[in-house]
Amino acid sequence: MNQSNLKSQIAGLESLAGIKELVTDVGEVTAVVEPDNLIEVATALRDQHGYEQLMDICAVDYSQYGVDEWETGGSGFSRGVSGNSVGRLSFGDEAPAYDSDEPRFAAVYQLLSISKNRRLRLKVFAQDNEFPVVPSVCEIWSSANWPEREAFDLMGVHFDGHPDLRRLLTDYGFVGHPFRKDFPLIGNVEMRYDPQKKRVIYEPVTIEPRVLVPRVIRSTTRRADEPETNAEEEGNN
Amino acid sequence: MPEIRNYTLNFGPQHPAAHGVLRLVLEMDGEVVDRADPHIGLLHRGTEKLAESKPYNQTIGYMDRLDYVSMMCNEHGYVLAIEKLLGIEVPERAQYIRVMFDEVTRILNHLMWIGAHGLDVGAMSMFLYAFREREDLMDCYEAVSGARLHATYYRPGGVARDLPDTMPQYEASRFRSKAEASKQNEARQGSLLDFLEDFTNRFPGCVDEYETLLTDNRIWKQRLVGIGVVSPERALQLGFSGAMLRGSGVEWDLRKKQPYEVYDRMKFDIPVGTDGDCYDRYLVRMEEMRQSNNIIKQCIEWLRKNSGPVITEDHKIAPPRRAEMKGDMESLIHHFKLFTEGFCLPAGEAYAAIEHPKGEFGCYLVSDGANKPYRLKVRAPGFYHMASFDEMVRGHMLSDVVAVIGTQDIVFGEVDR
Repeated sequence: MNQSNLKSQIAGLESLAGIKELVTDVGEVTAVVEPDNLIEVATALRDQHGYEQLMDICAVDYSQYGVDEWETGGSGFSRGVSGNSVGRLSFGDEAPAYDSDEPRFAAVYQLLSISKNRRLRLKVFAQDNEFPVVPSVCEIWSSANWPEREAFDLMGVHFDGHPDLRRLLTDYGFVGHPFRKDFPLIGNVEMRYDPQKKRVIYEPVTIEPRVLVPRVIRSTTRRADEPETNAEEEGNN
Repeated sequence: MPEIRNYTLNFGPQHPAAHGVLRLVLEMDGEVVDRADPHIGLLHRGTEKLAESKPYNQTIGYMDRLDYVSMMCNEHGYVLAIEKLLGIEVPERAQYIRVMFDEVTRILNHLMWIGAHGLDVGAMSMFLYAFREREDLMDCYEAVSGARLHATYYRPGGVARDLPDTMPQYEASRFRSKAEASKQNEARQGSLLDFLEDFTNRFPGCVDEYETLLTDNRIWKQRLVGIGVVSPERALQLGFSGAMLRGSGVEWDLRKKQPYEVYDRMKFDIPVGTDGDCYDRYLVRMEEMRQSNNIIKQCIEWLRKNSGPVITEDHKIAPPRRAEMKGDMESLIHHFKLFTEGFCLPAGEAYAAIEHPKGEFGCYLVSDGANKPYRLKVRAPGFYHMASFDEMVRGHMLSDVVAVIGTQDIVFGEVDR
């Protein structure tokens, strides 16, 4: 998208009440909205700003954001083998509880305007971390139905006003929300056919969790819009 | 008077017309569908969660397995999201190669679709014809990446390697005589580009063949015309994209409207339907195959004339050449760091969308500055088409259910992820 289109898009959005914050990064606009204002903002975006299509809804669990497993700063490196990321949790392990006051769950909406050829990202942080609730936009965009069900299923975000909030992707009778950061990567139960009982049974997982590459955060300055620091960085290395 | 009652019909998950593992619970009023409730997730593998535990490069292979009939296009969406966050440029030759293989993939996908759709609706021979041409295109995949399906060919910063000068050959065996093998090898004597060029010259004739079989076929029309009609307004509301949206008469193609790579230099047309029924979507996809064929031709022409690097020279992102590693300490370090740790993306988020054969394939990437994605969300076009299934089949006959599944071009690898 070109610069003038981006500018006019931002100018149009700034006049819209209910948007808490507007962020522009890598040529994409993100609008942060409070859950209470979501319906109002979404309706205005569809009717007055031409965002006819809701392309996607993604729930994000921010509880482990910025947490790494490997110290690389200071003097010398740590071993990088300890940590409790999802990949390392095995059956019965308790993930550390999330006790921050920062909102943990967010629902992210990707909007597309076909008439104006623009995209917009809406981000809504759920207020309650224990029982995250976000209003449903099914009434505004019919396409929200399944992605909201998916977000509920995988992340446990509840969409208030959804006509049929059932699990979508996981097994019948599944317990838990697998995409949360405290849900182990290897899962909790495994399934097999028991010839004695003549039915399928569930048992605790027996897979050994393993992480081959530790999670490490390094500060980079590479970005197309920062050419000077980028060149300097390369020169140093 | 006999009592009339609705009954519930279970369709799938193991059904030849379910295109994989779809379980449909259909509430029937006689032979008419009252309500359809698709149960998906039987192929859910948690690709997005797996991606969170792996360095960026190691997830490319998982992308192939999403929509397993248009492999390279999935990789493309993912790789574009990474490149957007990194802010790196892809060499021009790599961009042409990507566009060429995107279109090869589009033809692969549409051939699979026409074969399966034909088979569902009762045109058995379509499957055989479509797979004849698919074989040639999969040979191109094999030549360029070594794998016929799951290529892992696109990499952040370019493509894995340059186009090969030779094509894999058929060997004589118990099932294939020497004469037969050498006849099949005739077109495979030159480079990949020669082979593809030969294919693009042959292919419009093949599409004509398919059209002769289907377009004016009385049974085909009876099964498709007026079935699964979606108005343009509803198509937008339901989040349709790709041929499903264009079949309803909305002129929207990301290759034209939000061009990525070198699509802005390509000459091609967007076919658009008028009625929004299964037959229009069929016509749209047939025309798309012809247009893809043209794009491949344009790419071949450019690729023949211009050589150059196919992957970025930035060895923090792409590994150095093996020969360099033998003599250069720095290259060795780069190689070691890249394969033990990967590369870190700057913190931020990006959504990259491409025109996948099935619609808009998007990757939403959240990075917190680590060497693994913090959250990856794949926007699979088929997911939204499947979600509208209930609306599309309501009031239709049971036999039309199969036609609608076919026209949606459903692949469960991407719907379930």
